[in-house]
Amino acid sequence: MFDAVFGFLYQFGDAFAFLVLCATGLAVIFGMMWVINLAHGEFIMCGAYVTVTAARAGLPLALAILCGAVVAGLVGILVERLVIRHLYGRPLDTIVATWGISLIAAQGTLIVLGPGLPGISTPLGSISAGGLSYSVYRLVLMATALAILAALYLVFNRTRFGILARATIQVPHMAEALGVDTRLIYSLTFGLGAALAGATGGLYAPTMTMVPTMGAQFIMEAFVTVVVGGADVFLGTAPAGAVLGLVKAAMTSWQGQLFGQIGLLIAVIVVIRVLPRGISGFLLRERS
Amino acid sequence: MARPGLPVRLLRRLEGPQTMGRGPLFWLGFLAVVALAALYPLTADGYTVGNTIYFFNWCFMALGLCLIWGYGGALSFGQTAFFGLAGYGYGIVTLNLGAAHGLTLLAVVCAVAAASAFAAVLGYFLFFGRIGGVFLGIVTLSVTLVFERFMAQTAGPEWHVGVARLNGFNGMSGMPPLTIPWPGGDIALFPDVPLYYVVLALLVVVYLGLRILVNSRFGNVLVAIRENPLRATMLGYDVRRYQLGGFVIGAALAGLSGVLYTAWGQYITPSSMGITAAALPIVWVAVGGRADLTATLLGTLSVLAGFQLLTVYGSQYALVVMGLLLVLTVLLAPEGLIAGLARLPGRLARRGRQNGNGNGNGNGNANGSPNANPNGGGA
Repeated sequence: MFDAVFGFLYQFGDAFAFLVLCATGLAVIFGMMWVINLAHGEFIMCGAYVTVTAARAGLPLALAILCGAVVAGLVGILVERLVIRHLYGRPLDTIVATWGISLIAAQGTLIVLGPGLPGISTPLGSISAGGLSYSVYRLVLMATALAILAALYLVFNRTRFGILARATIQVPHMAEALGVDTRLIYSLTFGLGAALAGATGGLYAPTMTMVPTMGAQFIMEAFVTVVVGGADVFLGTAPAGAVLGLVKAAMTSWQGQLFGQIGLLIAVIVVIRVLPRGISGFLLRERS
Repeated sequence: MARPGLPVRLLRRLEGPQTMGRGPLFWLGFLAVVALAALYPLTADGYTVGNTIYFFNWCFMALGLCLIWGYGGALSFGQTAFFGLAGYGYGIVTLNLGAAHGLTLLAVVCAVAAASAFAAVLGYFLFFGRIGGVFLGIVTLSVTLVFERFMAQTAGPEWHVGVARLNGFNGMSGMPPLTIPWPGGDIALFPDVPLYYVVLALLVVVYLGLRILVNSRFGNVLVAIRENPLRATMLGYDVRRYQLGGFVIGAALAGLSGVLYTAWGQYITPSSMGITAAALPIVWVAVGGRADLTATLLGTLSVLAGFQLLTVYGSQYALVVMGLLLVLTVLLAPEGLIAGLARLPGRLARRGRQNGNGNGNGNGNANGSPNANPNGGGA
């Protein structure tokens, strides 16, 4: 009995961590600018590639992941400067442009770095409970997902950047009138979202094969979580991760990986019919 | 005044505020292009003509996306899902029923109907949930990706419909081509001159039909919704129904592309609806000019031709160029390269006129801008 419960909790935690880590980067950008970054998967790929390269060069894994996040964040700021900045107020055009970037990045990586990189092995071994073994690294990922949510909460509520960012989200023109450089805030937020994507890539790099199209394995889960969650990271992404994690874990343990994804998709299509503005839209309306 | 004759009335319905190109000169050009296309098989061998059909196959999907995105303002990434669904549908029906007695034509109808029905169900949840523009794109993209993954894992022998194996990542093959029942022996349309004429005729019919549709009341309301959904609602139109209608018609056209592609090459694979494949219709439509059927058609054919030329150097280079083309189009010519070029002379002329007499006439609305002119009451 205990084993079954632990097994399901482990699966749920794994799904929750994956969904939250995938989606936070996308959700931060979406919550700020109402822009969906279709190159999200490529930022994840970028983080994973940098992490693997750094780790193979001898850096400890944690530091290598940090490198991946920083590089992805810098690339994000560059992309914002070159492309996204010119498209504010045109969300559909932004989606299309980021898709172009995604094509360029995935195929460009294929041309420059070839069809794959040698990966790194999953660290930390495993523990066994009731005859089944569980990867310790996956438990670390669950803790990291919670830690990243907590860190984001602190950033948005306790730092000067966070206060300016929230002011910009609420009423951009007013923030601008009060002397906030909203362009800089947008730029930094995009960078933050890209860095979170890079960190996700780095965190999952030891568990995956390194191919230029690896980003595609993350984006569907990321999209789904952001759609269900809505525009707020804390009131949206986290509860959406929990609800969808439950659906995914249940469907996966019942019918396998693919049915986990199909279950997610059906859950999303039903949720948007009932709650068009996502969980956070629903919660915020209830509260006000 | 006497009622004009039938040809004139028909011609009038083909023209309107929602499409570029009007007057005798445009239609003479149109006839010339169709005539050239019809004469083309005389100058080339059957194999080359068969390969040319490949370009035409995709145009239906692009025109469908043009209707949904360009006219309806709803960006859908689901076109390749409907394409794949109809392609597999055609394969399943024909492999089970065979090609005799015109059953392949029944398969075409079934496959396109299946794609439309799927689009209607999906569209019901999306549009009646009042999903905003950005979400519509990512939900349709998610559906496409999951559908691709589902088809890619159907390699085992347990995945079959009747005698048709789904065959996982390798895809389905060996289905019969389109076959027209004919007294004295059925005509099988292999990629050769006869199929070329069938697809060309279909393309002309669909193009003219869509021109009539977008210039009708339906098309005008669709454009009104694109320009301002709230205003359209206030004027009494049920935004959801019109958008759903456009979405289903677009999906049916994508399905038609899927059927023609499958019947042409006699195979369909899951990767024909993967993320890269799903990006390509967006590139064709955006580069040509999404808000106009003619621009979309010309853009699709030119981008496809360019892509084919570049593929000689490797498809990954071609895809990088496609991505670059997409980003540059969105940044520099948001209304599309061909639409922008087509409107340049008019724009220059107007600017010249305005410089000439100080204050130009204020109602210069000739650039095909939102001319929502619903001629009727509420829906």
